[in-house]
Amino acid sequence: MSRLLIENIIFAVKIVVIFGAVLTAVPFMVLLERVLIARIQQRVGPNRVGLDFIPGLGFLKGKFIIGGILQAFIDGAKLFLKEEVRVRAVDPVLWRIAPLITLVPAIMILAIVPFGPPIGLNIFGDWYKIPLAITDLEVGILFYLAVTGVAVYGIVLAGYSSNSKYSLIGGIRSSAQMISYEIALSLSLVGVLLIAGSFSLSRLIGIQSEGVWNWNIWKQPIGAALFLIAGFAESNRLPFDLPEGESELGAGFHTEYSSMKFAMFFMAEYMNMFSYSAILTTLFLGGFYGPIPLPASVYAMIDQPIFGIVSGVGSAVIGVFWFSVKVFLLVCLFVWIRGTLPRFRYDQLMDLGWKVMLPAALVNMVVTAAVIALVAKPISAAPTPDGPALTIALLVAGVVQVVAIDRILTARKRRILGHAH
Amino acid sequence: MLIDFIKGLAVTFKHIWKKPVTFNYPEVKRPQPAFYRGRHRLQRYSNGLERCVACALCAAVCPPEAIYLEAEENDPKRPVGAGERYARLYQIHQIRCIWCGFCEEACPEDAIVMGPIFEMANYKRSDFVCNKEQMLDAPDKGFGEPIVLKVNQPL
Ligand code: SF4
Ligand code: SF4
Repeated sequence: MSRLLIENIIFAVKIVVIFGAVLTAVPFMVLLERVLIARIQQRVGPNRVGLDFIPGLGFLKGKFIIGGILQAFIDGAKLFLKEEVRVRAVDPVLWRIAPLITLVPAIMILAIVPFGPPIGLNIFGDWYKIPLAITDLEVGILFYLAVTGVAVYGIVLAGYSSNSKYSLIGGIRSSAQMISYEIALSLSLVGVLLIAGSFSLSRLIGIQSEGVWNWNIWKQPIGAALFLIAGFAESNRLPFDLPEGESELGAGFHTEYSSMKFAMFFMAEYMNMFSYSAILTTLFLGGFYGPIPLPASVYAMIDQPIFGIVSGVGSAVIGVFWFSVKVFLLVCLFVWIRGTLPRFRYDQLMDLGWKVMLPAALVNMVVTAAVIALVAKPISAAPTPDGPALTIALLVAGVVQVVAIDRILTARKRRILGHAH
Repeated sequence: MLIDFIKGLAVTFKHIWKKPVTFNYPEVKRPQPAFYRGRHRLQRYSNGLERCVACALCAAVCPPEAIYLEAEENDPKRPVGAGERYARLYQIHQIRCIWCGFCEEACPEDAIVMGPIFEMANYKRSDFVCNKEQMLDAPDKGFGEPIVLKVNQPL
């Protein structure tokens, strides 16, 4: 078989495996969110639909988490089987494709995320190097920004085509929110890009290898924080879930959706959460690298070819493990914030986006560029971590910015409250 | 400002590790306090006779008129209740009842009290009419000796 054919087959297998794995993870994320929220509110949470139908596992009924492990799957099955209600006044074409426009970009982001270091595979005597990412785009970050920008159209079109006032308000809110936060989101990434000197995610990960002290979060604390906050806004999670706003808008843009179409919006929200966590991990938290690097001799040992067929399995397993741990913790953070903060008011949301996050991102960009120019960092050909000088300089600059932002916000708050009273 | 934010997160983080205040309902039932006003019980004396004397004070005091009872003379040879009369029919309509507990207070014989049972869902409206058989305590669960009234003494 020709090399090209085999490479294409590998490619297809990778797509199926990665999307399969991530789509299976969605119900577990739903379960995780429900259980964690329940614990934050001191409830028990879902624990009724578990594995107790298997003989001998009856004792699991009503047990924490395990007792409800199938809850999200059952909910999904229920949504599949539900009758679909369609209002006659909707715009049929837009109404049908809107959930797809929301869901597809959320999944597409995963195409560029590296899950682990490459492994080698011996097929018919040829060695193939398989990176554990569907593709390693040279313009990975630009692709990411472009794709997330598309997702909002789904929400806006859903609101517009539903022909319902609640949906329309939800859609309008969503578009306004996206416009304000997408700028901050893009600008918050400029710092990392300056440090890496590239848009490629594999290079961005490469400069974060060899230990937790090389992670970009130390160099870009403001960038990471802004990216996280903008991520909440972009994935419509609390405290920025104004487009859904259950308490005032019914269910916001998806008020008129039921059955599978609703499930698509629901899935898109969780896929977005996952993608954001994955991208944040990759950009700021060292991607698939562990916090403490193992000595090279250990890697040499665990990466021996097994049966002459695959090599590099050891570091791939470790890489996927660390990647999953980081994504898991970030998803927990998403849920934790949801359990803590109330929904923003609309003007507060706009205020935060335009008057706080955008200036902060711009200042961060300028400061980062200045520090890099001062330290005179050379752009290395191979992606390797920079020396401690740059990290320390950027960390100091970041801390100064954090303190300054805190002071300014506190002063603003006092001024606003002073006016109100 | 950022400190406030972290404080808020710390509060919720602490709550994650606390014991839930809710119960795994069908398996674990919330313990009810002794004064809980659940479904009514009709009590007995220790010799097994019913305490109710069919005076209908409970029916009279009941604000929504949920109690219906029909009195009958006790047969002195095979008495059902300890008094001169007993309630042949004693029904409480559980949908009309407002669980105020007035019947319990009004009863001169401590015959009707409210118990701990709170699971009273049913499929039919007619099933909500609770009969004497459902409310009566078991014959061996009685307490106290009946007061022997003069009218019951043989002349
Ligand atoms: S609890 Fe109140 S409403 Fe219910 S039967 Fe007794 S007196 Fe009537
Ligand atoms: S339950 Fe008490 S108040 Fe009601 S009829 Fe019987 S003795 Fe009288």
